[in-house]
Amino acid sequence: MSGLIGKKIGMTRLFDETGQKAVVTIIEAGPCFVTDVKTKDKNGYDAVQLGFENKREKVTTSPLKGHFKRAKVEPLRVLKEFDFSNSENPLKLGDKLTVDMFTEGEIVDISGTTKGKGFAGTIKRHGFSLGPKSHGQSDRHRAPGSIGQSSYPSRVIKGIKMSGRMGGKKMTVKNLKVIKVDTENNYLMVKGAIPGHLKNYVIITRHNF
Amino acid sequence: MNKVDLAVSSQLKSELPDFGPGDTVQVHAKVVEGDKERIQVFEGVVIKRKGKGIDATFTVRKISEGVGVERIFPLHSPRIAEVKRLRAGKVRRAKLYYLRGLRGKASRIEEKR
Repeated sequence: MSGLIGKKIGMTRLFDETGQKAVVTIIEAGPCFVTDVKTKDKNGYDAVQLGFENKREKVTTSPLKGHFKRAKVEPLRVLKEFDFSNSENPLKLGDKLTVDMFTEGEIVDISGTTKGKGFAGTIKRHGFSLGPKSHGQSDRHRAPGSIGQSSYPSRVIKGIKMSGRMGGKKMTVKNLKVIKVDTENNYLMVKGAIPGHLKNYVIITRHNF
Repeated sequence: MNKVDLAVSSQLKSELPDFGPGDTVQVHAKVVEGDKERIQVFEGVVIKRKGKGIDATFTVRKISEGVGVERIFPLHSPRIAEVKRLRAGKVRRAKLYYLRGLRGKASRIEEKR
């Protein structure tokens, strides 16, 4: 699960080699720094903690300041653990990882927090059908319909799909093709959409690992 | 330049042909047939320029065997080899949709001098 932390920049269209247009999402991926290396002996599992995007020293808490000082890096905003156990060169504290770890044509998975939709009804949230628009229907257009039986069991079964908070949750989109890697600007362009709003932090991982 | 424009800037053509609505142009489009590539020429009047950046397109209209044909070309497409301006037209609109309702003598455009 080797990967990088990135930030969603926006969507646009690019021409591919045949001149066809492909819809792409632009992600500012990396540079990430290794802020911690966890080992089986010491921590019980192998992992590498990566940090992304500088933040001001003033807004960094003292414990974190010490953490970054140990790795000899500037204070970073987002920290996330990755499994780099399959990589040939073991990573050391303070190592820099850039977007060139991905190649064009590679398949990646991207996780992020989806856009919050607030309190949503069953039609938006679960894809229920709309009710009839006419023929004497007055308040049944977006109603959920029956939610169960009558006197037996006299309650609603747990887990019934109903209205409620939608979005704002972690989601992973799999099998996204890398269209372009721009090492100069640290941009990664993948085909299709990814979760979340602009400037959303996302995690990019290799699909075939 | 915002970050999205910066990301696509490498695909934009640096030298764009100078033409606008009302001009008669020849578009040399690359067509792939099987494993061979050839140039197909489409000649007509530019009736609109639309969009900016990588999404910019232009529409060329011609009358082919009595039938009006319009083709929309992406301005920065690598499949467009060349756009030649044959004649500069004098028009007072940016979008020449009114040409769709006209034919023959009425659809002529005065030449810019």
